[in-house]
Amino acid sequence: MHKLTTATESVHEIAVEIGGLPVLLRTGDASFLNVLRIRYAGFLDSAASPRFEFDIDLIDPSPAGEEDIQVRMQNGLWSLRRGDFRAQWDSEKRKGWIRQSANPYSVDCVLRIVHSLALAREGGFLLHAASAVRNGKAFLFSGVSGAGKTTISRLAPTDVTLLTDEISYVRHQTGSYIACGTPFAGELARVGENCAAPLAALYFLAKGPENRIDPVPPADAAGLLLRNILFFAEDPDLVKQLFRSALEFVERVPVQRLTFFPDARVWDFIGQVSQT
Amino acid sequence: MRTEKYIARSSAIAARLLGGEMMIMSAVDSTFFTLNEVATAIWQAADGRTPLSEIVKTRVCQDFDVDLETASHDAEHFVGELSAHGILLVSDQPFGTAPVGANSV
Repeated sequence: MHKLTTATESVHEIAVEIGGLPVLLRTGDASFLNVLRIRYAGFLDSAASPRFEFDIDLIDPSPAGEEDIQVRMQNGLWSLRRGDFRAQWDSEKRKGWIRQSANPYSVDCVLRIVHSLALAREGGFLLHAASAVRNGKAFLFSGVSGAGKTTISRLAPTDVTLLTDEISYVRHQTGSYIACGTPFAGELARVGENCAAPLAALYFLAKGPENRIDPVPPADAAGLLLRNILFFAEDPDLVKQLFRSALEFVERVPVQRLTFFPDARVWDFIGQVSQT
Repeated sequence: MRTEKYIARSSAIAARLLGGEMMIMSAVDSTFFTLNEVATAIWQAADGRTPLSEIVKTRVCQDFDVDLETASHDAEHFVGELSAHGILLVSDQPFGTAPVGANSV
């Protein structure tokens, strides 16, 4: 007797679109897909034609070591690994896989790496910075931990749209730059808005007794910028490209030091400064 | 007898003059350097064929009014630091015409 039915494995997928770049995530686990759906709410686009696709292979959790991120090109494939995941990605075929336990942090890290690589080829980058849009202009606020990224995000008035309080997304578009929202949240634990705006300025933050703006010499600006760009790949050509991108950015976008007293007046001050 | 030293810029770097300062990044370990005027002069003269001692005399002592002993000491220190990161290549022979790369360190 012939079987009238065949068992089929259910496949569930979502397209997570960050910075206009849709990445399809596919898993056989409906509950994990729901976890991702919640994490990337606001960045899901079922109509988007995916630029890259990843199959997520869920495995049992194991004690994750303290292994640092490693991103290497091997035999034409990107090999991505950290203590909690392994992944491989063929950037030509635009497909890859992730082997991880059912947690959202591993896939989050893979997305950051994939976006950092895709952006690097186009003159953009991910930056350790908060970013926000006001009156149609985007501002980046960068600095080391404790410099004030979360504070300035928290102090933003209601007419400010927060793009992220932790990882900013900078795209290069024919001589200008735009900042895009990301779901990569920091201490504020608030996903950014999925929108974009032309970049008006990059501020390196410091807290102080008063609000003030100081110029940053171009060479210092380039050094500070390079220190805060998120880039993981051990790839000499891409490192060179990133260097060129950072210097071009510094030549085109005002880079200043913003010392601020942590209260709401800082946003009035930014508004005044950005008008001049 | 003191051995002559030759220096050459590695190809495994990215470098550019910005705001009057030479910025260099190692493509191998992403180390980033900003060179002052004197270091920039040495860097630009590092063609692999001119002895370091001559670079110091003609490009540092003359242009920056520094005595030879101080300039030589500072140049040795600078070359040592950059060569440790593979940014400058050092040899006791002039470098050939073949492209200089990280593999020739």
